[in-house]
This record gives sequence, structure tokens and C-alpha cells, in this order.
Amino acid sequence: MVQPLPVRLRETPSQTAGPYVHIGLIPHQAGFDIFETNFSNVLAGPETKGERVRIEGRVFDGAGALVRDAFIEIWQANSAGRYNHPADRQEGKPLDEGFRGWGRTGSDFETGLWFFETVKPGPVDGRKGHRPMAPHINLWIAARGINIGLQTRLYFADEAQANAEDPVLNLVERGPLRESLLAKREERDGQAVYVFDIHLQGPNETVFFDV
Amino acid sequence: MTHADSEFLQRDRSIHPPAFTPDYKTSVLRSPRRAMLSLQSSLSEVTGPTFGRSELGPLDNDLILNYAREGEPIGERIFVHGHVRDENGRGIPHTLVEFWQANAGGRYRHRNDRYLAPIDPNFGGCGRTITDENGFYYFRTIKPGPYPWRNNLNSWRPAHIHFSVFGSGFAQRLITQMYFEGDPLIWRDPMVLGIPDRSAAERLIAPLDLGAAVPLDMLAYKFDIVLRGRQQTLFENKLQGN
Repeated sequence: MVQPLPVRLRETPSQTAGPYVHIGLIPHQAGFDIFETNFSNVLAGPETKGERVRIEGRVFDGAGALVRDAFIEIWQANSAGRYNHPADRQEGKPLDEGFRGWGRTGSDFETGLWFFETVKPGPVDGRKGHRPMAPHINLWIAARGINIGLQTRLYFADEAQANAEDPVLNLVERGPLRESLLAKREERDGQAVYVFDIHLQGPNETVFFDV
Repeated sequence: MTHADSEFLQRDRSIHPPAFTPDYKTSVLRSPRRAMLSLQSSLSEVTGPTFGRSELGPLDNDLILNYAREGEPIGERIFVHGHVRDENGRGIPHTLVEFWQANAGGRYRHRNDRYLAPIDPNFGGCGRTITDENGFYYFRTIKPGPYPWRNNLNSWRPAHIHFSVFGSGFAQRLITQMYFEGDPLIWRDPMVLGIPDRSAAERLIAPLDLGAAVPLDMLAYKFDIVLRGRQQTLFENKLQGN
């Protein structure tokens, strides 16, 4: 006999967000209005510091079909590379009051396009003993048919040097796998747009993380 | 000691439905085929968005009143309550809990829902709240009805309420569904049966809680939610100043 370990609770099992996730989390897209304040896909206000960027993309299934009912959230540091969270105590990186660093949206029911209006994040310290992480945005994807939310990261293709030293990207084999995490920069009417398509399955499958 | 910034315990994937559960047909083309890449926690995972009570309206957790137009919605009035805790048993305070559901007839107020059961003009079907300092939450609503869906020819979802919870780090993000004690559709549902461990699936079933019912007003169900815990260590394990 051995002494029993203390009992640990077990995580609640995940279930799919289903086809009507919009009702609860983005009701205006479901076709009605109910709350006084809604969470949205616009992270940057007029006072937010940093380079304004739009990030956008589409989600594809294993047959290459558009996923028009995907639900996406992003979580990112501010332009100085600091998260708006008490556990972030990086020195010399100011908080940007009013920038929460989080937003949510759904794919357009017709075009499948999703987008966020935000600022480009700065680099964040890596784990102890590791190099700083290249600028990145954390994504979380839920939808009908997705049993447990998928985590991935969006990196910026024009940050080649920082990306080459990023401790997470360097866990991913060079080539198409690593490419799946890079958003391509475009200029559109003077605005910087980063395009990031997500492939749930198939030859171009996006790298997903067990975080 | 557990620090608010310490790393998360590895997620036990055996209690979650895997990505590919072919009896739930939509999962067939929406499930990644490659193995996920495991990441140790960095600041990107241990931090997450925070929300203030002031962002919510006074009726946001009252689905009986938050869309009432010319009267109250029709259906079984219920009170749903519980705690959000982590795997170490600690209540998670001040975290956002959101919920959405069909009406008493199983119809969602959603432009894509074409089920012939009617919309209830006084029922929106969504709400949200923030846990108190002990991780407690509650809301009142109408018990949702089951509804048919195009999976097999005669597939019916059990009555359920969708839940979305945050925790304190983005790696705790979770969406799940609450089912109701005694519903005979539960163990015929491919989403429930997609959970490989039956005892884990049972934790999604909220028991009737007569003790919390309001006499002559509404019944109650209790639904506790557990999010991932953080590593406990005798040593400082701070991510600070990496």
C-alpha cells in the first residue's frame, strides 16, 4: 500500500460550440441585439499606441470548403510587447490603458471572411532561458464540428529575423508547417493587412498547439 | 504554493472528445489529422483577458427578463448555479461565464435556424455573468427543449445550455454544454458519446437541485465547471523576468 495522493478535480470536458455559437458570444451576427455592450473584433481605439493593422483570413475544412460558421478569438500583447494581465510583470514595457488585447468575431456567413482591427504586438519575453518570442497573436478557434477549441499562433511574415529566433516557431519544422503560422502582409488603401488562412485539415493543415 | 503566473498542468485529453468523432459527422472534415504540438506555458498562455462587472448590464444573467418585450417567455422557469473552480479546487473569481440556448420548443433565435418550432417573442436565449470572489455564478432562464439536427435522419439533441468560460489564462479557454439530469436523449447523442470516458461525460449533466428551487416560482439545476489548474511547486517558478 502507498499513501493516497490528494484528490485533484478533473477538467470539465469540452463540447463543440455548435452552429449557433453566435447567439451567445456575438448576438448581432445571429441577427438580434440584446446586450448594452458587445465584445467585438475591434481591439484598437483611437488612443491605442502602435501600428494599426487589420488581420483577416478564412477557415477551410478538409475538403477545401469554406467554414462559414467559425468563431475566432485573439489574445495579444500591446505594441510594447506587454499583456494586459496582472501576471505580466515584464520590466520596461508599459501597459497601454484601454487596450485589452482580446477580441472575438465570426466568419461571415456568405464569404467566410473574418477580420480584426488591432495593433501589431511587440515581442514578448520567452520562457526562462529562452529567447524573446517574435511578435505573435494567439488564436482560438471554435465551431460546429470542432469538439475542442483549437489553439494556434499568427506570426508576421515580415518579421523574418525575429521569427528565425522564435522559440516556438523553432519547434516547428521548416517548410510548409512553419509557413502555416505566418500571416502575409499586404497594403490596401494605405492600411496594413495581414492575411492568415486557417486549414483545419489536409495538405495545408495549420499547426495547432496543445498549450 | 500556486502562483497566478505559474504554468498550467498538462491538459488531460482523455477526458475530452477527440477532434475526430465520425458519428458526429461535421467533425470528419473539421478535425486536424496531424498531432498537435505541445507547448510549455509562456506569458502568451498564462495570461488572458480580464472583464469588469461594469461591462455587463443588470439583466445580462436573467434570460427570463433580458429579452422580455410584451411579457415573459413561455416554458419551465429554472435557476442555474454553480462554481467555476480549477483542478486544484480553488474557485476562479471574477471570470466571465457566458451561456446560450434554444427556447422551450428547441428553436434558436438565430438567422440560420429554420426549425419549424416557433420563436418566442420574449426570449433571446443568451446571457452572461462574472463569478464572485469565490467563483460562484448563477442565472435564471427557461429550460430549453430538444431539437432535431441533420446528422442522422432522426437525430435529436438533448436539452442543453452552451457555456463559455475563460479562467485567468488563455490556455484555460473552454466551451462546453450542460445537460439535464434524467434526459433520455443524453446517451444517444454523438457529442456526449464523443467523450471517451463515461464518467467524464457524466460531469456535464446538471442534477436537479430542489434545495435551490424557489417555491412556487422556479426549479433549480446545479452545474459546476472545472478549468485547468496550475502547477503547484515548493519552488519559485515564476515566468517573471525570463
